[in-house]
Amino acid sequence: MKLLLKIWRQKNANTQGKLVEYVVDHVSPDMSFLEMLDVLNENLVDKNEEPIAFDHDCREGICGMCSLYINGRAHGPQTGVTTCQLHMRSFKDGDTIYIEPWKANGFPVIRDLVVDRSAFDRIIQAGGYVSVNTGAAQDANCIPVSKQDADKAFSAATCIGCGACVATCKNASAMLFVSAKVSQLALLPQGKIEAKDRVLNMVKQMDTEGFGNCTNTGACEIECPKGISLENIARMNREYLVATLSSEK
Amino acid sequence: MSEQTGLLKSSLSKKYLMAISGLFLILFLTQHFIINLLSVFSAEAFNNTSHFMGTNPLIQFVIQPILIFGVVFHFVMGFLLEKQNRAARPQKYAFSNPSANSTWMSRYMILSGAVIFWFLALHFYDFWFPEINTKFIQGDMSGLSIDGNFRYHEELIHKFTNPIRVSIYILAFIFLSLHLLHGFQSAFQSLGARHPKYTPCIKNLGTLYAVAIPLGFAIIAIYHFFSH
Ligand code: SF4
Ligand code: FES
Repeated sequence: MKLLLKIWRQKNANTQGKLVEYVVDHVSPDMSFLEMLDVLNENLVDKNEEPIAFDHDCREGICGMCSLYINGRAHGPQTGVTTCQLHMRSFKDGDTIYIEPWKANGFPVIRDLVVDRSAFDRIIQAGGYVSVNTGAAQDANCIPVSKQDADKAFSAATCIGCGACVATCKNASAMLFVSAKVSQLALLPQGKIEAKDRVLNMVKQMDTEGFGNCTNTGACEIECPKGISLENIARMNREYLVATLSSEK
Repeated sequence: MSEQTGLLKSSLSKKYLMAISGLFLILFLTQHFIINLLSVFSAEAFNNTSHFMGTNPLIQFVIQPILIFGVVFHFVMGFLLEKQNRAARPQKYAFSNPSANSTWMSRYMILSGAVIFWFLALHFYDFWFPEINTKFIQGDMSGLSIDGNFRYHEELIHKFTNPIRVSIYILAFIFLSLHLLHGFQSAFQSLGARHPKYTPCIKNLGTLYAVAIPLGFAIIAIYHFFSH
């Protein structure tokens, strides 16, 4: 396959970026999208040009490092996959492909296609934990958890923090991510103790980081590679409503 | 008190307030629709109800100010949120395909809202300002026209003889419908009211409401246009 790529190039957060055109040839349909970029980068290095910076790590859909806004969609045209799981068979010979970084106030561009997602780390630090006393761990069977809650908590916990929800949201809102992190703990007995403070602190941090407000378009749920449900946002809305009205802080 | 100020500033609180004011306006719209419907079936019933609504002190001085506050609040908050949301993505994408994952209605609430805003300006000019003028500036609380009959139905018919006005009203109802198609069910999600048993029902009810009520308003306008 031969493709025309229009890739966002930007030196750093303080410079203006722009789309630059590249042609890449001999692309196999079996390559992953990132492998296709590897090929392009090898060509660029051969020509003594600066390779394109992009994020990746596990390349198997579990770490959440890869990103990319491909042809107007987070993680490209397929749903339920990350960019590392996207294959070139999703494209046709002669296609033009737009490749841009996540664009959001909360995710400043570091270079080219790499953005700084440490805002997510700070949101987690604000409340995404449970306090555990030291000493011998008690028997796990002493804490009953219903299968239903365990499943829901597990589903919420599959969020890999990739930021596709923010990237795809017209408001660059981080609600889906934050609600997944709030839910995975709020559903379990261990997390209930700090539930009120958690949701208040995490939402406060989310707002401080400059993400937008949710308007329930539902785009995040569709583009999320892990299928995190809007049910989590509703749960967070409930949790916050109760916490904000009843908390003494 | 630090969190207390956060109560009104936080992104989630704004969602709640948008949802509550929106649901309140939906209730008002329902009431307005029922009264309009009376105008089709009985001029007398319409006149009596209008006179009651227009002169009852509880409605005039308690409910009406709350309603006006609700309308203004929903608009102002909507625009402020839109401003913030735009600021949350200072650099736009060069190429974006939002229709792949969301509906037009959900993305253009600000546009449908703005159309409704301009419509309301016209609507106030048509009905509310003359009403306030007659009642509180000229001090005529009788609700009677010169011939000694109630004037409300007559005034309504008079307004709907103008085809341009009727067309503008119908256009506004289309945007109202688009606004409600997203807004009705969205309000419930914002308040956290989501449940596998009830949410499908709320969504269906929302769609039904969003189509039936604006369509009903439009039919009433068209009916008066053609029947007089
Ligand atoms: S909610 Fe989904 S899209 Fe958002 S960060 Fe988590 S995995 Fe990524
Ligand atoms: S590189 Fe780890 S999820 Fe894509």
